[in-house]
Amino acid sequence: MAYSEKVIDHYQNPKNVGTLDKSSKSVGTGLVGAPECGDVMRLQIQVDDATGMITDAKFKTFGCGSAIASSSLATEWLKGKSIDEALTVDNMDFVEELNLPPVKIHCSVLAEDAIKAAINDYRVKNGKEAIKFEESVVH
Amino acid sequence: MLKLPIYLDNNATTPMDPRVFEAMTPYFMEQFGNAASRNHPFGWEAEEAVDYAREQVAKLIGADPKEIIFTSGATEADNLAIKGVFEMYASKGNHIITATTEHKAVLDTCKHLEKNGAEVTYLQVQRDGLIDLKELEAAIKPTTILIAIMYANNEIGTVQPIKEISTIAKKHGVLFFTDGVQAVGKIPVDVIKDGIDLMAFTAHKMYGPKGIGALYVRRKNPRVKVTAQMDGGGHERGMRSGTLNVPGIVGFGKACELARLEMEADTKRISILRDKLETELMKLEEAYINGSTEHRLPHVTNISFKHVEGEGLLMGFNKNIALSSGSACTSASLEPSYVLKALGLGDDLAHSSLRFGLGRFTTEEQIDYTIKAISETVLKLREMSPLWEMYKEGIDLNSIEWAAH
Repeated sequence: MAYSEKVIDHYQNPKNVGTLDKSSKSVGTGLVGAPECGDVMRLQIQVDDATGMITDAKFKTFGCGSAIASSSLATEWLKGKSIDEALTVDNMDFVEELNLPPVKIHCSVLAEDAIKAAINDYRVKNGKEAIKFEESVVH
Repeated sequence: MLKLPIYLDNNATTPMDPRVFEAMTPYFMEQFGNAASRNHPFGWEAEEAVDYAREQVAKLIGADPKEIIFTSGATEADNLAIKGVFEMYASKGNHIITATTEHKAVLDTCKHLEKNGAEVTYLQVQRDGLIDLKELEAAIKPTTILIAIMYANNEIGTVQPIKEISTIAKKHGVLFFTDGVQAVGKIPVDVIKDGIDLMAFTAHKMYGPKGIGALYVRRKNPRVKVTAQMDGGGHERGMRSGTLNVPGIVGFGKACELARLEMEADTKRISILRDKLETELMKLEEAYINGSTEHRLPHVTNISFKHVEGEGLLMGFNKNIALSSGSACTSASLEPSYVLKALGLGDDLAHSSLRFGLGRFTTEEQIDYTIKAISETVLKLREMSPLWEMYKEGIDLNSIEWAAH
């Protein structure tokens, strides 16, 4: 299977690989996927408590090139967005941007799940209720 | 100068040896006759070429030329052997014994026969990929007609105890079929010494052309018969009709001859390279060899690099190095290798595996490049892997409740 140029670029030059302090109240961490399934994504956001803006985002991913590219792209998209804006990111946005083939759609779903999980982690840490999302369909 | 890309997927197929190609060329345009044409020189030439090649093929495995049935490849030979025995020996019984790590051409044939009244026992393998001989013997019943166990595995290179299996089969009057695809031409295979009754093998895994394979069918002690699965002109002693692929057969013969003459030197050289590759890659932390290292083909190694996903790993160098992985992501099914899972490997390790198949044309320079490229990619991806970070922090990954999807 040939990868799109954008996937290759993110794979070769991943953006924002790293770790934020997960014990910090202003950091939200989303860990999704499972080792048995061949992909695990950890997405972290640093939120400015006053403005609700995402000031930094980091990822680490165990997975194929498309999973790595999706999470790298997610961090790029999240930086500078508000939490509310971040919630509008949809898995199909990844599919379109990275030209993911059907067999790789689960990578995009995982990326969307990781964003939501990170936001919920941040919310819960700050005394807010976790948002209930509909179950993801794919996987 | 190192030429890229490097080919290390010789278990999938091998490049053709130029000497094989040379031997084949006259049989496309000049000596194009049908080997079954009995009444003119074109036919005679073709028949002579086929007879000679049949001898070359037979000699490699210690068989009589009359015991070689040419087929389109090993998949067809697997089908012919298993279905052919099932039909031919239907009055004796309907039970077949095979193993879970067999090639799909064997497993799917068995599944097909189950729908037609066959009873099939699928033996589990041990952690090293070998079957348990006691379990094999215990599985035999009065209705058992065939034991189908491969000579060597295509993913991990594990070589089964063929002589011991055939001894058990003989003791119980059961036929023994082996898929010899990965072994023939690579290690000494002798149908007499090994006690094999039927064996499938193919040219393109031993530097011959694609589209030609053979089924060895024993003629003496016991005389084995298979019911034809292809009806027609009664070629190949009635067991496989269809005009013979003369250039392919000539190439197969030449490939077998070269394998016979050069196997010892090839093996010596290739196993040194394999061992170097393996030793160097095993210097990486959390790297594991899959399958037996004692009973194994000399040119194969299969290694899992924990906390790194196989397809992601391949992507780091697959422009320059051709390899395959047991990762689900390299298959359409999203299931990791069933062979690795049969060894009892967790899915995570199965996802993290690479299969290396070295060959006659592999050079030390290529191996050095491969060691460097893979080591660098593993380290780079581990820096990116949340699992690696947790492992380094001493977190037990099994203690985490993963949202399995």
